[in-house]
Amino acid sequence: MYRYDQYDQAIVDARVAEFKDQVGRRLRNEITEDQFKPLRLMNGLYLQLHAYMLRVAIPYGTLSGTQMRMLAHIARTYDRDYGHFTTRQNIQYNWIKLEQFSDLLDDLSKVEMHAFQTSGNCIRNISSDQFAGAAADEIADPRPYAELLRQWSTLHPEFSFLPRKFKIAVIASDSDRAAIQLHDIGLQLYRNADGVTGFRVYVGGGMGRTPIIGKVVREFIPVGQFLSYSEAILRVYNRHGRRDNIYKARIKILVTELGIEEFTRQVEAEWATLEPLGLDAPQAEYDRIIAQFADPAYEIGAPDTIDLSDPDFKLWVDQNVHAHKQPGYAIATISLKPKSGIPGDASSAQMDVIADLAEKYAHDEIRVTHSQNLVLAHVRKVDLYAMWQALAAADLATPNLDLVTDIIACPGMDYCTLANARSIPIAQKIAAKFENSISEQRDIGELKIKVSGCINGCGHHHAGHIGILGVDKKGEEAYQLLLGGSGAEDASLAKILGPGFDENGIIDAVDKLIAFYRSARSAPTERFLDTYRRLGAAPFKEAVYA
Amino acid sequence: MPRILTGNRLETGDVLWWHGRCWSTQIKDAVEIGAEGEALLASLIAAERINDPTFIEVTGEPGAFVPTTTRERVRASGPSVRADLARGSLSVEAI
Repeated sequence: MYRYDQYDQAIVDARVAEFKDQVGRRLRNEITEDQFKPLRLMNGLYLQLHAYMLRVAIPYGTLSGTQMRMLAHIARTYDRDYGHFTTRQNIQYNWIKLEQFSDLLDDLSKVEMHAFQTSGNCIRNISSDQFAGAAADEIADPRPYAELLRQWSTLHPEFSFLPRKFKIAVIASDSDRAAIQLHDIGLQLYRNADGVTGFRVYVGGGMGRTPIIGKVVREFIPVGQFLSYSEAILRVYNRHGRRDNIYKARIKILVTELGIEEFTRQVEAEWATLEPLGLDAPQAEYDRIIAQFADPAYEIGAPDTIDLSDPDFKLWVDQNVHAHKQPGYAIATISLKPKSGIPGDASSAQMDVIADLAEKYAHDEIRVTHSQNLVLAHVRKVDLYAMWQALAAADLATPNLDLVTDIIACPGMDYCTLANARSIPIAQKIAAKFENSISEQRDIGELKIKVSGCINGCGHHHAGHIGILGVDKKGEEAYQLLLGGSGAEDASLAKILGPGFDENGIIDAVDKLIAFYRSARSAPTERFLDTYRRLGAAPFKEAVYA
Repeated sequence: MPRILTGNRLETGDVLWWHGRCWSTQIKDAVEIGAEGEALLASLIAAERINDPTFIEVTGEPGAFVPTTTRERVRASGPSVRADLARGSLSVEAI
């Protein structure tokens, strides 16, 4: 994985020193909160319902055991012994003290981590496929390109004050595990008919208040020119994106208002002026970064079979383990959705366990998924059983990946000032109905339930097979029910099914939906989403509201 | 409807309620704010040591005030999903 060079570290050190000075000035009352707030937000520090919340960037969701151990240290030393992995592949801490913040930043920077560009109207953390570099279906590791984007976008002076926040995702396979069509820019690496590697470029996707599926702005941009092309997109957005209305400021609104043809024309015209300037990284820089994502030293001839005689282990392998491109290896997903758990939360002790296991069994790499789980991407099949036992001892071996209890939930009104309703208790109550029977969960099959506590959609409710949106109804928590969303390669936006519910009502409604689906599916292998697409909303609506 | 004064401590982010002479981390200590509140609020804003000082409406009696909004009840209780982090003077059930 990528290691900082002297320039990366110098940038982080300078920014940390700058913000430490700003924190000190605020604590000494030399600047007002109005002056300080935009500065702290640019450094990932929010003031939430109970305390300061810090969002730490995890570039493209990849981190080392050393970095995970530092995240555990942060949780233990500066927070309340846990952290929350987010749908942006980052981690948040909920109980940060400003007076300790300088020490915290120093600790983070020791392991090449920081918190800037995790908030504010800038290019946010670049996200990617959690199976990158290990997936059998990818044409290359997408992360070197995500890393180039990280370097290009870090403190980019032209794009530090965009009309609104900007999110980019990069993948390199036809299976979309990063929801690229729901990003401001989505990049899919592929080989064209001539065998040349480049990107299909989507633009203007997003969830939130105005959910839109991204459109293709360019079918193919050679890999050596994708940075200048991205710059052209950002320039058009920065020039014409609306700054007069926060609700219409995202690039998706600009693309919609201009139309994709006119937007494309403007981007191409901008790129025609940019491309000759030589803004793209030289081949040597590509080579330098790609080399840092070289395959780990796989054991050639590692046994390619797994002893599945332990039924509990077999269950976990069946559900949470995926094929690896290297014979003898597997990709293991660690569910952060245990029984009665909080989606995405991990204690410092659990983080330490995961760091140890990554170093011992997984070539020292951990991935964070946008579904709020973790991945150990390079595990020898012969090591899976021992690793699973260690995970189970730490309550990290729940075999529920992509099942009904593997629910995404934003922090909601238990933590977030923006939320209209609580998300976590909804996820917990739905999960409680199924979490005692893995066989029932497996019978239901793939079912992605996503819960957001407000219209901003951090819980990705518009991409849920079942989406739940918390709303305020005359001061009381209420919930809208949406069906039919997908963040995968078959991207679709969930639509509201009917009138909303109170807390108990939404739990019952989901129960009815699942019962109806099981009675109506054409075969046990037909997913909830496919049954919905085949039958349409009407019978589901009748099942819930009749 | 009674109103009380709340905010967050600059140094720690702690949720606070005004109890007449200074600040408490327990809503049970909050006092009802009368007409003197505007001057108090203005002085707090000028002092810049409490973030987001604001009045909130409550029901009930002194010692047992309950905010009228769910958001403020969560602030007073602590996260409803972490009983171990509860503040203690407003139960999760009151949310």
